Amino acid sequence: MAEILTTAHNAKRMYRFDLTQRLVARLTKNEAVVGGIGHTNFDLWSAGHRAQNFYMLGSMGLAIPIALGVALAQPDRKVFALEGDGSLLMQLGCLATVATLAPKNLTILVMDNGVYQITGGQGTPAAGGADYAAIARGCGLPNAGWAADEADFERLVQQCLETDGPHFIGLKLDDQGPVTQTERDPVQIRDRFMRGMGAKKSKLPG
Amino acid sequence: MESAGRAWHQIVIDVLKANEVRLIPYVPDNVLKPLIAGIHADPFFEAFTVAREEEAVGIVAGAVMAGRRGMVLMQTSGFATLANVLASLPCAYQIPVLMMVSERGTLGEFNIGQAAVWRTMRPTLESLAMPYHVVTRLDECEFVVDRTIRQAHLTQQPAALILSPLLTGGKSVTPKVVAQ
Ligand SMILES: Cc1ncc(C[n+]2csc(CCOP(=O)(O)OP(=O)(O)O)c2C)c(N)n1
Repeated sequence: MAEILTTAHNAKRMYRFDLTQRLVARLTKNEAVVGGIGHTNFDLWSAGHRAQNFYMLGSMGLAIPIALGVALAQPDRKVFALEGDGSLLMQLGCLATVATLAPKNLTILVMDNGVYQITGGQGTPAAGGADYAAIARGCGLPNAGWAADEADFERLVQQCLETDGPHFIGLKLDDQGPVTQTERDPVQIRDRFMRGMGAKKSKLPG
Repeated sequence: MESAGRAWHQIVIDVLKANEVRLIPYVPDNVLKPLIAGIHADPFFEAFTVAREEEAVGIVAGAVMAGRRGMVLMQTSGFATLANVLASLPCAYQIPVLMMVSERGTLGEFNIGQAAVWRTMRPTLESLAMPYHVVTRLDECEFVVDRTIRQAHLTQQPAALILSPLLTGGKSVTPKVVAQ
């Protein structure tokens, strides 16, 4: 039987917090994770703080560029960007940059709920049919695709951990909100992330 | 300060290397051409174009936090797209993202759009309380660029270096071009 291709239309709508927990549970090598504005970083925080997590609080659309910078700086560390669909739409050009630079250690996860959930659930201008995985392929990331369901997501994450990227996984979300909110202390977030990356060492604890 | 017959762009390259600033994402500008060419020609650097200046700020912020220094190259109009991301990323998180801005819109500008956007640059830098210096003289170029980069890293603050037409010659008015 021919394999059924997962598309934006038949991908299962999943729960962002559950997916985030499944991702974090598979990270065993101090992989970096950059959470984008709003609910992607809230659920990353809720999944349990790790020193290698960066929670982005304001600069909408920059989760992928920040993760790209980390990936270029540390080619031996796997780096994951968790970005919302509305946020990606604001900075689509970064997919072309990622494809051109082709960092082997970068994975992009797009959390697509079709709305700007944190500002009240207004629909994004992608409602006309924009397909983020297809856009990513068009930008030069030929293996970009949608996760069919939770088991498929786990399989794809494992593939990202074990093979060279850049990788792109689209995730269709249900309409559930985040579990808690990130503690908004940017300087502390930066300091801890730098220690988590081994880029800062000092005798101060924490 | 010794500039030893070096052009401004060679001085900038020497200072970047001395300060271990390797990652150079940029959106091009005509005045920056010799600097961009010099950077691409030197394997010390990792230089590449990006779609928007905002993206470059994110890339350098991520790289700096992971231990690799970088600087974004742009022109004045590019800087004008950045207030939100500068305020909420390098300023709020205290990340030494360096920027080098080729100053268009003044001292002989022929493009009214460039002249209009030029007026927003200093007020934006001032209101962000972001350290910046304008480089106007070849004999001061090394000192200003070097000290600005060092201070940014020592104090964990972003900083902007503005390259004045007084230094670079700017983009000259072409007599044949009446309007653009
Ligand atoms: C440049 C800019 N415009 C608007 C906002 C306001 N804003 C903050 S989060 C957000 C929505 C983010 O949507 P998405 O990335 O899809 O994530 P979700 O809220 O659905 O989790 C908006 C519009 C902002 N922070 N920055």
